[in-house]
Amino acid sequence: MHDMSAHAVHHGAPTSFIRKHIFSLDHKVIGKQYYALALVAVIVGMVLSWLMRLHLGFANFAIPGLHLLSKNGAPGDIMTPEYYLQLMTMHGTIMVFFVLTTAPFAAFGNFFLPIQTGAEDMPFPHFNMMSFWVTFTGFVILMASFFVSDGPTLGGWTQYAPLSAVGAVSGPGQGTGVVLWAFSIAFFCVGQLFGSLNFITTTLDMRCKGMSLMRLPLSAWAWFITSIMGLTAFAVLMPAVILLILDHIAGTSFFVASNLVINDSLLPHSGGSTLLWQHLFWFFGHPEVYIAIIPGMGIVSHILITNMRRPMLSHRVLIYSMGALAVLSYMVYGHHMFVSGMNPISSLAFSFPTLIITIPSTIVVLIWLGSLYGSKLRINSASLFALGFISMFISGGISGFFLAQPSIDILLHATYFVVGHFHLVMAVAAIFGIFGGTYFWFPKMTGRMMNESLGQLHFWLTFVGAYCIFMPFHYLGIAGNVRRYQAFVDDYLIPLIPVHKFITVAALATGAVQLIFIYNLIYSRFWGAPAPDNPWQGTSLEWSTATPPPHNNFGDKMPVVYHDPYQYSVEGASSDFIMQTSPEPVHSADEEK
Amino acid sequence: MATVVHEPPKMDVDRLPSQGSGNGGWRNLVPASGDLRKVKDSSPPPASTGIWVALASITMTFAAFTSALVVRQGGARDWQHMALPPILYFNTLVIIASSFTLEISRRRIAAFMGGLQERAENPLRWLYITLSLGLLFVAGQIFAWHELVSQGLRFATNISYSFFYVLTIAHALHVSGGIGGLVRVIAKFNQRVLKRSTLDATSRYWHFMGALWVYLLVLLWLKL
Repeated sequence: MHDMSAHAVHHGAPTSFIRKHIFSLDHKVIGKQYYALALVAVIVGMVLSWLMRLHLGFANFAIPGLHLLSKNGAPGDIMTPEYYLQLMTMHGTIMVFFVLTTAPFAAFGNFFLPIQTGAEDMPFPHFNMMSFWVTFTGFVILMASFFVSDGPTLGGWTQYAPLSAVGAVSGPGQGTGVVLWAFSIAFFCVGQLFGSLNFITTTLDMRCKGMSLMRLPLSAWAWFITSIMGLTAFAVLMPAVILLILDHIAGTSFFVASNLVINDSLLPHSGGSTLLWQHLFWFFGHPEVYIAIIPGMGIVSHILITNMRRPMLSHRVLIYSMGALAVLSYMVYGHHMFVSGMNPISSLAFSFPTLIITIPSTIVVLIWLGSLYGSKLRINSASLFALGFISMFISGGISGFFLAQPSIDILLHATYFVVGHFHLVMAVAAIFGIFGGTYFWFPKMTGRMMNESLGQLHFWLTFVGAYCIFMPFHYLGIAGNVRRYQAFVDDYLIPLIPVHKFITVAALATGAVQLIFIYNLIYSRFWGAPAPDNPWQGTSLEWSTATPPPHNNFGDKMPVVYHDPYQYSVEGASSDFIMQTSPEPVHSADEEK
Repeated sequence: MATVVHEPPKMDVDRLPSQGSGNGGWRNLVPASGDLRKVKDSSPPPASTGIWVALASITMTFAAFTSALVVRQGGARDWQHMALPPILYFNTLVIIASSFTLEISRRRIAAFMGGLQERAENPLRWLYITLSLGLLFVAGQIFAWHELVSQGLRFATNISYSFFYVLTIAHALHVSGGIGGLVRVIAKFNQRVLKRSTLDATSRYWHFMGALWVYLLVLLWLKL
């Protein structure tokens, strides 16, 4: 039974170190904890991608010290084919779950959703604390799989059955590694369910006086929509991984078919459905893509509006479009299974909403571009990364048009084209959203400014680097380069090896550029210039409170909201922005629409 | 166990802005004139919304299990139909009865909190009866599993048994959570700090567990 009675107004400022910094109930501390977890996870995930790229670009490349990570996986510091797949699986799992879901949704959402809604805290702070620590435990379990005898699982982040369900007989990491992976994801699901519960209830019940739903900033709307998706999607992934665990430890046959012979062993399972896993997984998996990207859409909109000094062309249409993306994301999951042998009519049924979902995506992009057109955008690190997000989202989105059609997808499925598509549209775009959010909100989170020159340098190098890495993937895919190959020995693949070399160099260089960001983050945290309360002249509630915000967010006086969130360049106003808490009357035609 | 309460427990009151967040309320639609004086401070307690959110999540989980069962059975040649242990029908009566006893208790406490009655007559008795029935239900489920295992019918015996164990154990774990919630309600009631929203949320959860069990029983009876 969930504890439903505790709510924010009941917990005072903590006094002990443990309550203040470790098992904190404060949503702001929990948000920072999530951010720190995502930062550690992204570094691990990036290093894994470096190792993979070195192996792909330069066959049999000896990576000094790799044998220390796995004696069997990298004898003589050269990666075995199996170990390549193990690192690839961990890269995908870490990035999708512990970075792309954790940072834009759980980290920024935890810190800023209550503040932007005018709440003192989340309504169930104990659940919120558990949410982080359960997620953290999931990450530790996943990392532990590096250190079991045969290493982590090699089945890919999608863990398709029957490979994922048959046990150690199918390869290194397919026994204990899969079980650890499944437990890790189960913990992650629980954490996100607790988080979503808090996010939804905060948005519905904890808003301050005057804060109607339409007065919420776009970032708050994005977190709200994402939390509804998280609540429904992770609640489905959870049973799927439970069934997977049972196939391993209880000998059940949910996902393993009869008479399966692997490595000369007849498996004792019978009658399992290999496609059942795909249905359950992708029912979660496709919404997960939007769980990763919608918070970025909200963050980017929020950043751009503040820097354009004018609202988006339509606040409401942007919200409705994000909502439409969320709803449609549940109806398209079958497009991941076009080549699974499904009935062509089913393919059509999934293809149609997949094409439809491009409509709200396009509306969102057009609103961004239309709003940017003619605006005098302030150029800073945050706004640059917001523009970068849009660029990546468009580039990656366009390839989605191709993949949405079964006839083309059959050719491109499981090639690097798909890898390029989802890395641009989901991964890099979301990462740009995280960077943008960091440069934008860092002053409020820490009380110090980040170095602007380093930020802009970081943007340009990352922007160019990301395109150098991921655009060639599309070319490789069209040339027929199948993904998940650990070496390219076929005649038709050999001419493509120089492209892989180029990508590897670009990946190493772009990864190294991130040291600028890490340096900026750490240096600014301790020695950056002190931040004013409202460094960007923003209007939403996070800028109306102290920097950094006090324990209960707003000090002695709870805010009262008088305006829509983005009152910029209002005619006749005393300055070029009117804060939501300002009682100054607004005579604009846009107000209170 | 007869209890007479002489002073009212603390009640959930609408929060004022000075007392904390929450007056925005999900029904708080600002009038077109923007006049905040016309805004109704109608924020429901978070527990009221939170429990529905939690139940939605649990519904999704059991819907996923159900669809897994339907898909797995659809193409299965290895499916063996199983006879449900008879004690499940008794357990069904127990959990339905527990909903009634909890509702009696909830209404008595609610009437007392709302000032309709001066004294709450024996609400604790009905809470304890509910708790006992909940424990009896879980014990009954354990008995059912034990009965099957003693016949050699285990998790991996056949996929129908696998689903039986998965669904009934998942439900029993959720009921155990509800039992924890009941214990908490009783403890808070005894300390005179029970909030109406806590009581209502706990009882909604409990009724949901009863309804979910009836659904599962029908599903198991039809499909297994």
